[in-house]
Amino acid sequence: MTEGSASVSGRDSGASAARRTPQDLPPWPVALLAAVGVVLFALPVVGLAARTPWTGLLTHLGSRFVVDAAVLSVVSSVAAAAVAAAVGVPLAWVLARVQFRGRSVVRALVTLPMVLPPVVGGAALLFALGRRGVVGGPLHDATGLLLPYSIWGVILANAFVATPLVILTVEGALRNLDRRYEAAAATLGASRLRTLWKVTLPMIGPALGVATVVAWARALGEFGATVTFAGNLGGRTQTLPLAVFVALESDRDAAVAISLVLVALSLGLLIALRDRWWPSR
Amino acid sequence: MSTDVAGTRAGGLDAEIRLVRGDFEMDVSLQVAAGETAALLGPNGAGKSTIVAAIAGLLPLGGGMIRLGGRVLDDPDAGIFTAPEHRRIGVVFQDQVLFQHLSALDNVAFGLTARGMRRSEAHGHAQTWLDAMDLGDLGHRRPRALSGGQRQRVALARALACSPDLLLADEPLGSLDVTARNRLRRNLAAHLSSGRNGGGTTAPVPPHGTPNVPRLLITHDPTDAFVLADRVHILEDGRLTQSGTPDELRRAPATAYAADLSGINLVRGTARDGEVTVADDDGTAASATGRRSAVVLHAADTSMFGAVLATIHPRAIALHRERPSGSPRNIWRTTAEAVEPLGDITRVLLGAPLPLTADITPGAAHELLIRPGTTLWVSVKATEVELAPDGRD
Repeated sequence: MTEGSASVSGRDSGASAARRTPQDLPPWPVALLAAVGVVLFALPVVGLAARTPWTGLLTHLGSRFVVDAAVLSVVSSVAAAAVAAAVGVPLAWVLARVQFRGRSVVRALVTLPMVLPPVVGGAALLFALGRRGVVGGPLHDATGLLLPYSIWGVILANAFVATPLVILTVEGALRNLDRRYEAAAATLGASRLRTLWKVTLPMIGPALGVATVVAWARALGEFGATVTFAGNLGGRTQTLPLAVFVALESDRDAAVAISLVLVALSLGLLIALRDRWWPSR
Repeated sequence: MSTDVAGTRAGGLDAEIRLVRGDFEMDVSLQVAAGETAALLGPNGAGKSTIVAAIAGLLPLGGGMIRLGGRVLDDPDAGIFTAPEHRRIGVVFQDQVLFQHLSALDNVAFGLTARGMRRSEAHGHAQTWLDAMDLGDLGHRRPRALSGGQRQRVALARALACSPDLLLADEPLGSLDVTARNRLRRNLAAHLSSGRNGGGTTAPVPPHGTPNVPRLLITHDPTDAFVLADRVHILEDGRLTQSGTPDELRRAPATAYAADLSGINLVRGTARDGEVTVADDDGTAASATGRRSAVVLHAADTSMFGAVLATIHPRAIALHRERPSGSPRNIWRTTAEAVEPLGDITRVLLGAPLPLTADITPGAAHELLIRPGTTLWVSVKATEVELAPDGRD
């Protein structure tokens, strides 16, 4: 809000610009339901904060169990976001720019993980890439590589659920891009790859940045696909969300402490992104 | 592929453009000689942008052929299509289309680095171009931080910096306000005429000029076309309805649209307190290729000083057999040199002391008994003499 700056310069004349008209105020049912909505979202945060063992917080957060999970979460979510951007951007480009038969089928397929229950996605990954999976079996026989129950499995499961967010955001940005900028680059002698690198990507930069960060946040919070495909092995595949789930049974204070960290992280991110996600007036 | 940036392969443009887009059908044959500035003049929807896209390689031809300086760029029958990045055509786009994420300097350098020039060297060349456009100090600015006229000059520099084999300018003055328009017209005139006047221009000569390159200016504004171009092509509904020098078009417009456009009188002169002393014969004025007697026009606009371009619409000129009484400030005696019936209007070409084109109704022409050689009185209201700073120095 920048109302403060408006009132600095003007005494009486300037104040008229800041006055609210009836159109700026919601009708009472809208105000009521909006308030209910806010309470709905605020209650869990309040509940979490109320239950937090503030005195022993650092001890809980410093335990081996939590540190291992945090390191794994950070590494795997960053790697998953990188994979999502690397695969999602080209896919978005193809979906936005190339007309081909079955385009809508491909678009539905690659955005499926957004609507699929993550557990189902993880199970599907297991059937495909597990030790006895259609691809995973031959892969294991040939190279000895086993994706499930490893950090690679965590990254893959995270990327699986995070990539659709990049695809949808970037495809939208590419569709809104004025193609004449790319045409101008071409007439100036730039190859298609150079145009993509020097013109297209910088121009969709803000959208790409938002898409990647949101994909990262999604990967950080991923639970269902991870636990199904990569398991819940402490120190190997146990990420922060899984650690919370386990700790709820054994050490409630630790669970609350980790949850608080995740909430703080996500909330901070959303506030930082707010102006880009929803352009400020 | 050649990366020879400074290489010049002089040659004209020879385009046979046939395209169908939905209901719109285009069939245009257009030639622009090396060193010539041609204007493509047409109303909105005539297909001007389609021609730009086809020549630049952004839209493949349906039929016909585009040849530039001996290179075939597009020939569907022969299966030849040169991608836009290999055509070496400098395009000044409508609304500039400058890269918003790059500085003015990087915009101008873009084509040079794309063609393989080292970054530092490209920046040196780009700076020289910005200097030539009076933008030397603004190279670090993003396009958003520049005025419309400045942006348009950056766009021109960007297109010219790669020494293209053809300069294609799509409504280069279209989105500008009057002041910026007049200023840029002067800039354009300097760059477009560098091959013709042989040093007669006072504008700084950029590192790689385009003296022997064909230049095609796309516009809907007859003033731009007649002031800047050697040859004007009129495009209506996907067809060229007439081609010729500005003078030929004025004498014998082929269509109502051409008649309307080509009749615009452009008079160069020097303004002072609303009085315009008409310039002597300078050979290139579109209309005022006048005699050596000093003619003074009175204009309502008293704010202009110095070199101006006065515009008088042909329908704003009244003709009389007797000296008219009343308010018009501009009254003089002349002779009719030619009378052309053009359907709804009759065009009268007036002789000394100020050659002008006047359009009157056929009825009035009949009443006045105008024939070549008839002595007439001319009156023009001061409010009908519009002034703009002269595009040329």
